[in-house]
Amino acid sequence: MSAPPVKSLARKERHLHPPVLRIMHWTNAVAIFIMIGSGWKIYDDDVIFGWLHFPDFLTIGKWAQHGLQWHFFGMWIFVLNGFAYLAYGIATGRFRRKLFPISARDILATVGDTLRFRLGHDDLTHYNAVQKILYLGVILIGILIVISGLALWKPVQFSELASLFGSFQNIRLVHFLCMSAIVGFLLVHIALALLVPKSLVAMITGGPFVAGAPDAAGAPAKIKATP
Amino acid sequence: MSLRTPTPSVFRPKRPIDQSVLSQSRGLLDGINRRGVLRGAISLGALTLLTGCDVTEEEPVQKVLRAVSSWNDGVQATLFRPNHLAPTFSAAQVVKPPRFNAHFDVEDVKPVDGTSWKLELAGRIGDRRPWTAQQLYGLPEQEIIIRHVCVEGWDYVGQWSGPNLRNFFQRIGADLTAKYVYFHCADDYTESIDMETALHPQTILATRYANDIITDPFGYPLRLRTSTKLGYKNAKWIRAIEVTNTFTETFWSKQGFNWFAGI
Repeated sequence: MSAPPVKSLARKERHLHPPVLRIMHWTNAVAIFIMIGSGWKIYDDDVIFGWLHFPDFLTIGKWAQHGLQWHFFGMWIFVLNGFAYLAYGIATGRFRRKLFPISARDILATVGDTLRFRLGHDDLTHYNAVQKILYLGVILIGILIVISGLALWKPVQFSELASLFGSFQNIRLVHFLCMSAIVGFLLVHIALALLVPKSLVAMITGGPFVAGAPDAAGAPAKIKATP
Repeated sequence: MSLRTPTPSVFRPKRPIDQSVLSQSRGLLDGINRRGVLRGAISLGALTLLTGCDVTEEEPVQKVLRAVSSWNDGVQATLFRPNHLAPTFSAAQVVKPPRFNAHFDVEDVKPVDGTSWKLELAGRIGDRRPWTAQQLYGLPEQEIIIRHVCVEGWDYVGQWSGPNLRNFFQRIGADLTAKYVYFHCADDYTESIDMETALHPQTILATRYANDIITDPFGYPLRLRTSTKLGYKNAKWIRAIEVTNTFTETFWSKQGFNWFAGI
């Protein structure tokens, strides 16, 4: 016997995006949609910037209390799904394989390609350096928006956490800036998904088959079983 | 390295599965198709995207959202730390006068006549004799300089003093094991808090702001100040306090705001 039977059985072809990942992605999409729309409604009740007021048709909930209801409903979906996603990404090694390493040279090369409109999208299984930074960045922002949200919700019960931000209005500002960063990310993310439709289709159907069990713990990336 | 063909599972049935049930239920099976399920799911998702046509106030939607809000009341009660003190500030940081906010404009405040006013007591309280303002002023005072956080998002530091609510409850023989404390106010406002919050060391019946008797717009002669709740739970112009185990919706919870409203 040349290989342990269990391992050889696992070496079958799998989707680039396994079903559980696709479910988490679209669950997160719904949660983010609820959180941003209801958050804008809450923001409008006492704006941080006098020049910025979100029009009613962009917000979720008729009045402030409904915005709050949606926000404190959506938070459960966002946080629980987010925890599941982080646990999955770490446990299966997906983060390590897809988002690392990020080298300075790759970043420069990708930025150069982008500026010359030569960025390749043929290979969905591989992220370029800019994608790696954006995905990693939005994950970190997602963690910070939850932390600042907790401090906003419970500045007394979690006063130790809230004090790290300096003042209550600073917590609001951090929460707002995290939202702005996520909105900025979404604009790029959605625009590129529409420009490269197969990436959007891949997040629905699972995308191309890749060799091996891509999201099994410790499975090396892109190693095909050779005869 | 060569790949071994998978061995047939020992669980694989020896005989093929009887397919007759499929043909018998053909009509039913045709009804359930992947497209139908997908279409249903997509329509449901699209519904939430139509913010122009707001589903928030529809009865079934409100039912779900309010159920989650009640669930969140329980979560907040669990997170509540009975002896954890809110941050306090120095007298120099106090905003004077405090910020006005009510369900009506400041011009519409109907002042309470402090000479005829009495604090009524109701419910699970041993000694329910009413209190005059002068009697309340005679009680030991506690001062707290705490942050007021409004559900709208603004905050300010205020300096409040008056009898500690726990001490007051012990003095009047209130049932400290009861669940809720209701504050009935002169402006037909009713808010309630959980007993744990009522007994928190930073919960007082405020009669003074920055050492002076509280003025009309801010709740003269008596208002609640607790460091662990959003602004709207701090009832102003209190005329009666009721200790009870019965929950009834309050001024803001009726309108869909969270009841516990802890911070």
